Amino acid sequence: MTAIETRAPVLDSPRVTTAESAVSIRGLTRSFGGPAILNNLDLELEAGSFTVLLGRSGSGKSTLLRTLAGLDTAPAGTVSVPRERAVVFQEPRLLPWKRVWRNVALGLRDGDPRAQASAALDELGLSHRLDAWPLTLSGGEAQRVALARALVRRPKLMLLDEPFAALDALTRMRMQALVAKLWQQHDLTVLLVTHDVDEALLLGDRAVVLIDGQIGADIPINLERPRRHGDPDFIRLRQQLLATLGVDEVAG
Amino acid sequence: MASAAVSAARPQQRAASFNSGAFLTQAHRFTMPVLILIVWQALDSFHLINSRLMPSPVMVAESFWQLLVTGQLLGNLWASLVRVGIGLGIGVVLGTGFGVFAGLSRLGEDTVDSTLQMVRTLPHLALIPLFILWFGIGETPKIALIALGALFPIYLNLFAGIRSVDRKIIEAASTLNLTHAEIIWNVVLPGALPQFLVGLRYSVGIAWLTLVVAEQVNANSGIGYLVMNARDFLETDVIFVGLIIYALLGLITDQMVRIIERRALAWRPSFVGTQSNRGAL
Repeated sequence: MTAIETRAPVLDSPRVTTAESAVSIRGLTRSFGGPAILNNLDLELEAGSFTVLLGRSGSGKSTLLRTLAGLDTAPAGTVSVPRERAVVFQEPRLLPWKRVWRNVALGLRDGDPRAQASAALDELGLSHRLDAWPLTLSGGEAQRVALARALVRRPKLMLLDEPFAALDALTRMRMQALVAKLWQQHDLTVLLVTHDVDEALLLGDRAVVLIDGQIGADIPINLERPRRHGDPDFIRLRQQLLATLGVDEVAG
Repeated sequence: MASAAVSAARPQQRAASFNSGAFLTQAHRFTMPVLILIVWQALDSFHLINSRLMPSPVMVAESFWQLLVTGQLLGNLWASLVRVGIGLGIGVVLGTGFGVFAGLSRLGEDTVDSTLQMVRTLPHLALIPLFILWFGIGETPKIALIALGALFPIYLNLFAGIRSVDRKIIEAASTLNLTHAEIIWNVVLPGALPQFLVGLRYSVGIAWLTLVVAEQVNANSGIGYLVMNARDFLETDVIFVGLIIYALLGLITDQMVRIIERRALAWRPSFVGTQSNRGAL
């Protein structure tokens, strides 16, 4: 087993050899006692790319994302990630006892934290909720605060762990458009974990399907943006992805 | 601006419509106690009960006034307050220290928790004879007893509170480049605060209970001393005054903790409405 080359700090600050901006994973293996969740996995993410990570439950996609986020501490293999990275989870995970802007500003070291938080919230259309308590927010608002909290750190790598799964359909569509916009306007490499094939095709320019801890399929998505569900290429890719995931859709 | 005005006006309206209903409920609540007082006074006035054993409300009020103007009441009240204040203070500080230590570290849990859990099963009031032998009959045994009684609710609740902080929030905070100390200060301790305040309310109640018992054993000042003295001279009216004072003190301190709760936990949904109303009231 090779040593971990690059790990950004979580609680303490170990050695960090920052990669240029893209993600590079070599021979990543991870098991929790049983069979390996991630099995000798190799993956490169190009700087500025939008990669969608698909896979069935238990395929290891969340473990992979957690490793990149620095939350999983004992992988074997080489992982190289930019130090500037941010995570948005399925739940907003805000601190309910801090007002919205303080949640966003948490951990900012230099400059005026409130001004930075305010700018990030403004970009997500939440400038009127700066001083609100998180528990008074709607699900979509709370998730936008979580996005602002990630964005304010000026990350090079944005890790999204099923961030829209708990939202209602309309809010989800709005959030997807918002994330696409943020990706286009900022210099971001995005890795989005999702179950949703449509979401993958709406947002990503590359779909990576994890099967049994390895990359089962790596499919480029070369569709025109903004994307349309009715587009024949969209439908073809959708069927291809579903087949890879083991879902046989009845053609209709 | 416009949206701020609208959101400010709404809670005010709610408060207004709420208050008229609340006033009626309040009035209803006092009906029964007032009725009891009237009947009680009537029974005494018609000599249907022995006023020596059961003084009338008017007699109690007179005796209250007497104690107040002679300065006896305030002097003894102060003595009691000082005991509870110091004892509660020590108990809260120690309970918080142990709770944080045991809550935050496995080492702390191993060293502190089992010991405290064992001591906790002992009714602390049973230690009075021992404390008198150890500390004499002055202030020390009383304060020590109050501190000991107040320590456990704080400790138990804070420990449980720290351990039940949502792991997912801690995890999210750890992706924000916070130091260990910053996570404890910004995430863990605020997360345990609601449970700590529950413990504080219990502790305050136990402090008063302990005071009552401690002052009856051996004291030459305090509300308990006043009451025990009155027993020796068959002054039932003074005993009643003492009991009422105890009740009021318990009530007032409980309200104080509630106010602390409302301020410290303003972020919780149940308090969010109250928070925005405060400006209007």
